[in-house]
Amino acid sequence: MDTTLSRTISLKVNGSAVQATVDVRHTLADFLRHQLELTGTHLGCEHGVCGACTVLVDGRSARGCLMLAVQAHGREVTTVEGLAGADGRLHPLQQAFKDHHGLQCGFCTPGMLTTLSELLADNPDPSEAQVRVAISGNLCRCTGYQSIVDATLAAAKSMRASGAAR
Amino acid sequence: MSAPAVSGQAPIVDPARPGDSLIGASVPRLEDDALVTGRGRFVDDIHMPGLLQAAFVRSPHAHAAIRRIDASAALALPGVHAVYTCEDFRPYLATDRLVVGLPSSHYKQDHHRQVLAADEAVHVGEPVAIVLADSRYLAEDAATLVEVDFDPLPAVSDCRAALAADAPLVHRESPHNLLAEFDMNYGEAARVFSEAEHVFRDSFWQHRGGSHSIECRGCVARHDALEDRTTLWTSTQMPHAAARVICEVLGLHENQVRVATPDVGGGFGPKLVTYPEEICVTLAARLCGRPVKWIEDRREHFIATTQERDQYWDTEVAVDDQGRVLGIRGTIVHDHGAYTARGINLAHNSAENVPLGYEVPHYAMNVKVALTNKVPVTPVRGAGHPQGTFVMERLLDRVARELKLDRAEVRRRNMIPAAKMPYRTQLKARGGEWVTLDSGDFPACFAEALARADWNGFPARQAQARAEGRYLGIGLSNFVKGTGRGPFESVTVRIGPSGKVHVYAGAAAMGQGTRTMLSQLVAEQLGRDLSNITVTTGDTAATAMGLGGSNSRQTVVAGSSAHVAAQKVRAKVLKVAAVLLQAAEAELEIVGAEVVVNGQTARRVGLGTIARSLVGTAGYSLPGGVDAGLEATEQVLIDEMAFSSGSAVVEVEVDPETGGVTIRRLVFVHDAGRMINPMVIDGQLAGGIAHGIGNALFEWMGFDENAQPVTTNLGEYLLVTSTEMPRMELHHRESPTPGNPLGVKGVGECGVIPMTPAIMSAIEDALSPFNVRISQTPITPAQLYALIEQGRQS
Amino acid sequence: MKPPAFAYHDPGTVDEACRLMSTLDNARALAGGQSMMPMLNMRFVLPDHVVDLGRIASLAAIEEGQEALRIGAMVRQRDLEHSPVVARRCPLLVDAIQWVGHRQTRNRGTIGGSLCQLDPAAELPAVCAALDATLTVQSARGTRSMPFAEFPAGYMTPSLEPDELLTAIELPDWPQGHGHGFVEFARRHGDYAIVLAAALLAVDAGGRITRVSVTLGGIGPAPVRVRAVEQALVGQVAAAGLFREAAEACRGLEAMEDVHAPASYRQQLAVVMARRALDAALASLAPSRGTAH
Repeated sequence: MDTTLSRTISLKVNGSAVQATVDVRHTLADFLRHQLELTGTHLGCEHGVCGACTVLVDGRSARGCLMLAVQAHGREVTTVEGLAGADGRLHPLQQAFKDHHGLQCGFCTPGMLTTLSELLADNPDPSEAQVRVAISGNLCRCTGYQSIVDATLAAAKSMRASGAAR
Repeated sequence: MSAPAVSGQAPIVDPARPGDSLIGASVPRLEDDALVTGRGRFVDDIHMPGLLQAAFVRSPHAHAAIRRIDASAALALPGVHAVYTCEDFRPYLATDRLVVGLPSSHYKQDHHRQVLAADEAVHVGEPVAIVLADSRYLAEDAATLVEVDFDPLPAVSDCRAALAADAPLVHRESPHNLLAEFDMNYGEAARVFSEAEHVFRDSFWQHRGGSHSIECRGCVARHDALEDRTTLWTSTQMPHAAARVICEVLGLHENQVRVATPDVGGGFGPKLVTYPEEICVTLAARLCGRPVKWIEDRREHFIATTQERDQYWDTEVAVDDQGRVLGIRGTIVHDHGAYTARGINLAHNSAENVPLGYEVPHYAMNVKVALTNKVPVTPVRGAGHPQGTFVMERLLDRVARELKLDRAEVRRRNMIPAAKMPYRTQLKARGGEWVTLDSGDFPACFAEALARADWNGFPARQAQARAEGRYLGIGLSNFVKGTGRGPFESVTVRIGPSGKVHVYAGAAAMGQGTRTMLSQLVAEQLGRDLSNITVTTGDTAATAMGLGGSNSRQTVVAGSSAHVAAQKVRAKVLKVAAVLLQAAEAELEIVGAEVVVNGQTARRVGLGTIARSLVGTAGYSLPGGVDAGLEATEQVLIDEMAFSSGSAVVEVEVDPETGGVTIRRLVFVHDAGRMINPMVIDGQLAGGIAHGIGNALFEWMGFDENAQPVTTNLGEYLLVTSTEMPRMELHHRESPTPGNPLGVKGVGECGVIPMTPAIMSAIEDALSPFNVRISQTPITPAQLYALIEQGRQS
Repeated sequence: MKPPAFAYHDPGTVDEACRLMSTLDNARALAGGQSMMPMLNMRFVLPDHVVDLGRIASLAAIEEGQEALRIGAMVRQRDLEHSPVVARRCPLLVDAIQWVGHRQTRNRGTIGGSLCQLDPAAELPAVCAALDATLTVQSARGTRSMPFAEFPAGYMTPSLEPDELLTAIELPDWPQGHGHGFVEFARRHGDYAIVLAAALLAVDAGGRITRVSVTLGGIGPAPVRVRAVEQALVGQVAAAGLFREAAEACRGLEAMEDVHAPASYRQQLAVVMARRALDAALASLAPSRGTAH
């Protein structure tokens, strides 16, 4: 194999070890979606503006369309599929999005959830303004953002109450 | 906002408690579990063996003749399976055009989109060839290798210039660029204007951009040779229309084409159109024998998905000394783009909307629909109505200013009083029937908005801020919007032997919670257990007739059909259960998936048992003398629109040194009749409001003088973000419409409608020391600063 | 919208990266990818080779020098944002980084990538201009350093040879307690600015300005130091209102024009942003009003 054209990468995805051979030009988002069939990560613009493809790489939010799959070698990637607990219990953010109507079509939602899970890990008690800044790189055409902000503040509160900050 | 639904506790509605109603309850959406966990199934999530990926070769020119297409280099690339041009497709086409325009007697010429451009391309982005390859990466590689010999022709960019006698022709063989012209008139405008005490004239430029659902378009086609049927999964608002157009273009019959919608990542209008790409992907899959997927990328969305664009209005308002409107007249030039992809409904809506919420005795609007070398124009959330409201509200602000009246007072003097409802206007809808406002109390709604926003207290707040060097302003707008356009939507409610209640609807879900809405309505009649309902929308194999999602219609038309169908099934359930349980129907109640006698748990029969008894057993008659099957299909006919209405009040702060505008406060009082799910209604309104704020301050789809688009990515074309949105204060009134059995009205587009005039009114108010007048939307900080400077100098 | 075909290299050392850059034809270095990847996806750039600098640990360090902070080209913007060392020694950079993109792009985006992208309205080049940064550039032919002022060669074009890599940025210290301000006017939070301004201010015990730096971005193809304003302010007593007149000099700057903003508007914003940056710098002066060196 010419390793400048395709490579075998090893990484952790949602807690599971994954090994796969990838074309070097394939983006991380396409790798997740098409090779691993983790289709929860959505592509909305492919030029790094809409934020729908946001995943966590070593716990840090990153645009899946602006990383090559080969760059994820040796990393730990978390997608929206990996946010809920192993028992299927929803992440407090997921639950709060449901409760507060933080989604409509649901296309931007995975990127919102991954981004906000990073925010709440960094800052368990954000202000409304901080939540708004955190998702300023995530476009939503359905909600007007308010219900997302409300959901996030509610999730933060419940996480603080349960001491389940993650 | 309404209180959030409570989770992790008992369901909001207890099926066993008769007093509990699902109608009006903010039940959590059935759609959400899958969507928050990444288990939604959008079109690009469809994987299947042997799938080929498509990319389109598109015209880089706004207008060009096509001399020759050479695909040999592309075909030579490993991993490329086919390249099809219009010539390659032609043997399989019944027609090479998509004839989709809504009927109208006003067309002066017909310009239907081509399946693929053959001899002439008339806008940047028009598809010329389709490439199939093993991956989208390879397909894009190959698309760049398809050599198209274009011969550029003069292009028309500005819709006003298009109508000049010496303008270049948008289509080289058409006589001129006037696609359609019509007058929307009533009363005696000419006389009134000659006699009026005051006549004020204003010209406006209004622009709206694309829909920019976060999911672009896309489709997957798979041909099943065994069934001789091709299934197209497509991200559309109108699957039935798509199936019909595909059949027409490909010369197929209804059983050969199935169109189904997976989860749709937002529609907002342009996905109601059937597109050449859907035809091409369907045909390509039939020709190459393998499934084919095409996923539109964002750049394609900018150049190949329909959008709204420019309207130029010249208007006059005639008023008496008291500020009462005597008449409005004017002209509109409307940018239609290069083809008719929907009709002239958008321009019609704009002209019709102007006088809708007020008493305007005389009206005359001339509308010219101009062809341009740009991607076709079709409705985007609001569909021309925001433009009409903008003009009316701007003119009323002008009247207030000229006559030195409070802006709110001018509205009060002209609003249609509640006592006159239903109010038959002198307007005719596009189908020819009179426009009759069904219900509502516009003055009360307006008064509530003013009170909640403390309109009367604002001057003091403004004065205080100004003393601190800050420029605050307040603005307002009312609106009325026809929703729920008929004639019907088809819904089947069927209880299966499993006891599950299945709902099949011609409605198309695109993120608004349609499944939840239908479930609520059906469950209300059939056991009140939402978990016992399944909903299938947007599948032509499940529902023979359907119109789909547009015009804020689905709760009105599909909801009404679901409600009536469920009532019929309920009646049958009770009738059969009475026989099976040997009880009187009046003693029965449907609780969850069972029918119970007088709440006695011992005497009960399952819905599944009843359904099984009605699918028949050979040689035995059906119980209760009913007809076969436990189902009902309804198409409740609704010709008259349900008019939603509302009032918005906005406070802004303007930085006169930069032209920057910050929205500080936003109060929106809305009347959508009876509410099914207030939480979902809030969400719909909020999204519309955000879209309207974008139309006022951010969104601009720019083209240069050669009709080349200049804003083709989301860094150049600005959608409103979380940091630019104010907190929205949403309030509801409920004036049920008599026009449908539920009393409901539409809400999907309503948030948009009053936002541009309310914001401009507020900005003008903030900048009153500089005498700034705004006659456009959107307005950028640079443009606003120029107006401030102009005001400073004059 | 998918990247074109290219060969991928991810060297582990600067030397190896330099060797690749000098031997491969049509090679592009990939830093954080937050500008380069969109250009690849849109096929605005069509490299035959992509040399990813992400594995080179030596480029990702922040080092404290005697009189300057030395920042590796591959230090992520997020790490600058949260670095106590940067906050202490170069608060202007922390001010500026709040305006750079969004949290997801700062997690990946690097200082070196931003400088080499050299967007006229980007924040980090303006910070380098404001601080008179010194850049270290390496290639297989050797190492050279240059003042940031010589780095821009034209619109979005750094003065780097095709085989050269930017490896480090030295940001000289300003006196302890100096004033710093960074403001910008953008259409939305996180957008590239239409115009931005950075200001640094040092005063003596009497409050007299001993040293001042005023930089504008978004005006020309590269950040502009506004010497006329700086010269007019040195020796004056720093006080509210002082900057209003001085900033007017910015109106005379030659300004870019595009479909989003005419030149005259950029000139207006230049005046306003320069003044506001100076006001912010004044407000941030340590209570002791840090003495000048």
